[in-house]
Amino acid sequence: MYSLMSSSPSISSSSSSFLGQTHFDSRNPNARLPTKDSWICKCVATPPTETTAHTTKVSRNANMAKLQAGYLFPEIARRRSAHMLKYPDGQVISLGIGDTTEPIPEVITFGMAKKAHALSTLEGYSGYGAEQGEKQLRAAIASTYYGDLSLEESDIFVSDGAKSDISRLQVMFGSNVTMAVQDPSYPAYVDSSVILGQTGQFQKDVEKYRKIEYMKCNPENGFFPDLSTVSRTDIIFFCSPNNPTGNAATREQLTRLVQFAKDNGSILVYDSAYAMYISDDSPRSIFEIPGAKEVAIEVSSFSKYAGFTGVRLGWTVVPKELLYSDGFPVAKDFNRIVCTTFNGASNISQAGGLACLSPEGLEAMHKVVGFYQENTNIIMETFTSLGFSVYGGKNAPYVWVHFPGQSSWDVFSEILEKTHVVTTPGSGFGPAGDGFIRVSAFGHRGNVLEACKRFKQLYK
Amino acid sequence: MLLPSILYFIRPSSVGFVENGLVHLCVCTRVTRNLNMEKLRNGYLFPEIAMRELEHMKKYPTAKVISLGIGDTTEPIPDVVTSSMANHARRLSTVEGYRGYGAEQGNKALRKAIAETLYGDLPIKDTEIFVSDGSQCDISRLQLLLGSNVTIAVQDPTFPAYIDSSVIIGQTGDFQDETGKYQNIEYMPCRPQNNFFPDLTTTATTDVIFICSPNNPTGHAASRKQLEQLVEFARANGSIIIFDSAYAAYVTDDSPRSIFEIPGAREVAIEISSFSKFAGFTGVRLGWTVVPDELLFSNGFPVIKDFNRIVCTCFNGASSVAQAGGLACLSSDGLMAVQSVVDYYKENAKILGDTFTSLGLDVYGGINAPYAWVHFPGMKSWDVFTELLEKTHIITVPGCGFGPGGEEHIRVSAFGHRECILEASRRLKSLLS
Repeated sequence: MYSLMSSSPSISSSSSSFLGQTHFDSRNPNARLPTKDSWICKCVATPPTETTAHTTKVSRNANMAKLQAGYLFPEIARRRSAHMLKYPDGQVISLGIGDTTEPIPEVITFGMAKKAHALSTLEGYSGYGAEQGEKQLRAAIASTYYGDLSLEESDIFVSDGAKSDISRLQVMFGSNVTMAVQDPSYPAYVDSSVILGQTGQFQKDVEKYRKIEYMKCNPENGFFPDLSTVSRTDIIFFCSPNNPTGNAATREQLTRLVQFAKDNGSILVYDSAYAMYISDDSPRSIFEIPGAKEVAIEVSSFSKYAGFTGVRLGWTVVPKELLYSDGFPVAKDFNRIVCTTFNGASNISQAGGLACLSPEGLEAMHKVVGFYQENTNIIMETFTSLGFSVYGGKNAPYVWVHFPGQSSWDVFSEILEKTHVVTTPGSGFGPAGDGFIRVSAFGHRGNVLEACKRFKQLYK
Repeated sequence: MLLPSILYFIRPSSVGFVENGLVHLCVCTRVTRNLNMEKLRNGYLFPEIAMRELEHMKKYPTAKVISLGIGDTTEPIPDVVTSSMANHARRLSTVEGYRGYGAEQGNKALRKAIAETLYGDLPIKDTEIFVSDGSQCDISRLQLLLGSNVTIAVQDPTFPAYIDSSVIIGQTGDFQDETGKYQNIEYMPCRPQNNFFPDLTTTATTDVIFICSPNNPTGHAASRKQLEQLVEFARANGSIIIFDSAYAAYVTDDSPRSIFEIPGAREVAIEISSFSKFAGFTGVRLGWTVVPDELLFSNGFPVIKDFNRIVCTCFNGASSVAQAGGLACLSSDGLMAVQSVVDYYKENAKILGDTFTSLGLDVYGGINAPYAWVHFPGMKSWDVFTELLEKTHIITVPGCGFGPGGEEHIRVSAFGHRECILEASRRLKSLLS
């Protein structure tokens, strides 16, 4: 029985397949680490008085082990922090993580402050709320966004955001379903699928998980999958306006998608978190498409409308008409999930949401969205003027810039090094994202203008 | 064409149902319902209780229903805390004060405050604390982390979320009507006879052991000795303890408030906790989970790394407004203020406990927890629940809702305005004397 020598401080960062993607904690004396320059482990006998660390006998969840590296956005945050340490005077501008930057309109924060104060009064105090959300808020969401689409308050489930809802939906679906995603796509769909055990192993050569159907979306197919080449899966995740490509699907395309789901008996999970950014007549909700209620769930969020990225509020629509193969209503199971694995969104956030949907609140949200849309235009014009092929932007706060033949992480690094601007490498969203960079349009106007100036200098 | 108002299949992929006199024909998808969802028996316990309350209120519209059922806090949150939340909200409208996404693990200052203020001289690092939107959510995130191939043990009776989340994730077999238990879960009886603590000599080994102390529903706070035995048991069996300390603030005697008071616990335990019953945050939503660095899977992989990944992927942080409130709770003024509300509920618990005792009933708990666990020998707990509701308009919770070991017991929660508690006591005395 041997234990490790004192750990060498440098485990080569171009880490070996010996270690895989995980870096063993050097505090764990049971781990075996190579020395800096050789793969030979120099082992030292354990002095009898030394105690080895206790490990439990609980096996690590094999699904967690399938995940490659960390979730994308914390990785971007890490790189940003590392860069700022390296260049403390660098004036880093963040157009990476899609994080809102502009203050929340007062009418909305006033609603939240009022609720907070009310919690200190006898009449105003409230404890547990309905897990599905405050009745008034559900009704306001239904009438504001789904008014003429015959969806009701009872079809709406208020959440602490789309990301949590995606995982709750996955927990509801379980491990025995197959799923399809756009390629590229928001990473939470794939990662939650892996965690739930719906997928096989990651295949490094193609950068895909087995058992997931990746539906390529690129300039050649107008960023809409060629459904004739897509295999049937139980669940189809679709985001429009799209993160990261910025593309909004047309009515005709969504009609075909709904038909495809119907023909295959699939459930469409439609992420409409950016619907308010649409500037043309692309559908804002999947339920604008006839027949969608029998095939689709819609996930949405106040994050990018109201700057609620930190406040945490969203919703999911599960129509009564959506049924499993045995006729059981999906909404009943989602309700059970919400009651058991969740305890409602914060009542203060919900008060904010209600204020968002007042006439004044809606107008205020439109103004902030308009501000980010103007940012998007500025970024789009910049890259277009530099001769790049630029996509998205029109209907979403993301600009998808093509760098043909280049590794997106290399482009990300070069942009970061030379302009101190953080973007997001397209391959973080899937293999078809390689060769692209996502530039997010959330930022103070001054920063966006400065970033564009720096892009112009780099690429002139 | 008139159709009967039942669900029926008119062709292999369609279902028809009648609602409000209209016939709806829906096309089924071909997605198979998750079998784990099918295994669940009935709805989750507390919405059931809420439904019964509503039905009762409709039946007796003039009756003054007193709710000692769902453990929902009733007293206003101290001003020092809500002002802080209001200020944070208002600052979100300013350029300097606006904040977007927070760290998924929680605001650093709050994590530090939890570590220093609530864990004091225990060596808990802020990096081992993950702020959440409450224990109910954290329990499920932990189940997601653990996956379907682990076995669990729970106390019997127990807070239902441990069992229900286990079923949903696929760790269990079917529910057996005869025993009232799910296959593949180890139920550890907690009764007066064994001092409400599992007899570990007869407990089978499982990967995970859920322990809640002070306990919901029995109100029992495990002694140091009991927890030392538990930690030893977990070490010997290679198990992970998930220790729910949501009611730690209610401990009156010298019972441990954290599993980490027990030597060796860092290598075997995760602790979950909550601001809900501590600060009246049941609607505000804030809690935390402690995952020590030393807790390792069998292959040496640190559990904290996987939990961090779960938190980053399946969650996006607790509301920044709630977190501002949490920080205020942990200021010296805040602590004093929230503790006085806790004391108020503890006084309620004493009143209720005394009431039942004076009626000659065996009452447990109430001293270290806001729940009284009352024994009605030979009676079915749903029958007692119903009778109490019908005759005194008081909502309680039938013990069997917490597991077969809860039968013959009623849980009475001590959250309520003092006058309601006193009125409830009066009504109970009239009925039961």
